[in-house]
Amino acid sequence: MYQLGNLVQELSDKYGRDRASLMPILQCIVKKHNYLTDEAMVEVAKELDLSAAEVYGTASFYSFLDTEERGRFVIRVCRTISCSMKGKEDIMQTLEDLLKIEVGDTTADKQFTLLETNCIGWCHKAPAMLINDMPYTELTEDKVIEIIKEYMQK
Amino acid sequence: MKDTGLVKIDLIFEKIDVKELLIKAFKMSDEAIVQEVITSGLKGRGGAGFPTGLKWKFAAFEKEQEKYVVCNADEGEPGTFKDREILERVPEKVYAGMAIAGKAIGAKVGIIYLRDEYRYMLPELQSLLDEFHKSIKEIGYDFTLEYRLGSGAYICGEESALFESIEGKRGEPRNKPPFPTVNGVFGKPTVINNVETLVTALMVVKIGGAEYSKMGTPDSPGSKVFSVSGDTPNPGIYELEMGMTVQKFVDEFGDGDTKAVQVGGAAGFCVPRKRFADTIIGFEGVPTGGSMKLFNSTRSMYNVLHNYLDFFVEESCGQCTPCRVGCQQLLKGISLVKKGEIKATYLNDLSKLAETMRLASKCGLGQSVGNAFNSIVDNFREEIVY
Ligand SMILES: Cc1cc2nc3c(=O)[nH]c(=O)nc-3n(C[C@H](O)[C@H](O)[C@H](O)COP(=O)(O)O)c2cc1C
Ligand code: SF4
Ligand code: FES
Repeated sequence: MYQLGNLVQELSDKYGRDRASLMPILQCIVKKHNYLTDEAMVEVAKELDLSAAEVYGTASFYSFLDTEERGRFVIRVCRTISCSMKGKEDIMQTLEDLLKIEVGDTTADKQFTLLETNCIGWCHKAPAMLINDMPYTELTEDKVIEIIKEYMQK
Repeated sequence: MKDTGLVKIDLIFEKIDVKELLIKAFKMSDEAIVQEVITSGLKGRGGAGFPTGLKWKFAAFEKEQEKYVVCNADEGEPGTFKDREILERVPEKVYAGMAIAGKAIGAKVGIIYLRDEYRYMLPELQSLLDEFHKSIKEIGYDFTLEYRLGSGAYICGEESALFESIEGKRGEPRNKPPFPTVNGVFGKPTVINNVETLVTALMVVKIGGAEYSKMGTPDSPGSKVFSVSGDTPNPGIYELEMGMTVQKFVDEFGDGDTKAVQVGGAAGFCVPRKRFADTIIGFEGVPTGGSMKLFNSTRSMYNVLHNYLDFFVEESCGQCTPCRVGCQQLLKGISLVKKGEIKATYLNDLSKLAETMRLASKCGLGQSVGNAFNSIVDNFREEIVY
């Protein structure tokens, strides 16, 4: 759970209160707080004069608009064919061992969430993953360890 | 059969004076722009291959005041990464292509729908867009562009789902007709084109439609950017003349042991070795939005098909039954056959199901699952069964 404050109002002032503003508003909340709480969605619904079910129905359609609690850093490992051919399983195993969680889980300190995703457009540099917005490519076990250690310092 | 061989081209990534080209284009009549694009024979580079000039002509014909140009930068097809590369290297050409499309059809506003996976590029792209707005104003032309972002849904690359998403809704494809040129985003006449299509159209205006159409074949004029990955020593982005055989492609990019090439991504076709020599990459053979994936003999085509079906199960929007249930049944079916829990002849039933999905699904996703399914099952049956 997080404190929303005036965020929804500020975003609605910025993007507008018509239906087409819904996605940018939800996306900004996720960027700031990592996921959407029920409270956040109810608040957005009020501000945009929509039913909460409409907002939830829209959010739940999109895999990057998380409605479950997520860590500060969301890791999305590509599981599609090129990455799967080039050692995605080993990368996933390394991440699970490092973070001591399984895919789908969030670390107890709420720093990391480990997920899979479909092709992220780096197939020629597979295996690849995203951490929040940043792509990381041509991954090896050593490289993954280095990257995660860096994030642990942040 | 005309085989152009493998010819490297430098059109899309060529650095040009965009402002000069725009000044030239804005002196042309709207009809003349559309005519150049029709003459070029350019077909959409996003996968479906609809003639671009005709699309512009239809939209230009509509009498509405408010019209839109939309750039499809959702690039979700497995194995495609050329649109990212184009946006990274020559974004000003994408913007200019949209402005020219806007002039040709009478639209003052453009929207670029960028997948969230590419958000890391946005700060740079946005600042270049600000510059572009300034320079187009200097020329005295009224056209503004804005970015909208996706949120991790492959189906939002389908044009009508993309419109729904821009409108703030679930990305569920609409019924067609009406087509986008009549009823697109916000219910207004819309031209939606792939990133590469827009840059190609820009270059057509630069070099002339007739000149462009000298490249390639009658059915697939021009050149195209290919995204090459899989078992190859040279993965990456290559702009090539259209109309080469798969064999020529494999000669250049294979690792000496290529047994199959998946052309067009998960929604495309699998071409086995015995068909390399007589299969043209293009609309007369196997079409592709750019995705070219090579598999060598160490790969299990069962695993490949399984991975594709996982993808479709996950990405089907679930709106219509043939696709939602069909994808799941195909996946379940091949697992059962593999485990020996059901007879191998069950694959025939699954192939029929894939054909039914082609006929009965609402959009291109469900309609094209059968492409990969049947071309892999037909050519690599023993790998699926044993
Ligand atoms: C499931 C599905 C996904 C699609 N994804 C994309 C995409 O990522 N990018 C794209 O340009 N076209 C995609 N398309 C094709 C678009 O619907 C549309 O035909 C295209 O954007 C038109 O532009 P073009 O004529 O310039 O190719 C997809 C189609 C389907 C059915
Ligand atoms: S074919 Fe599949 S993706 Fe397309 S509308 Fe039907 S369920 Fe949705
Ligand atoms: S398959 Fe992993 S980035 Fe394309």
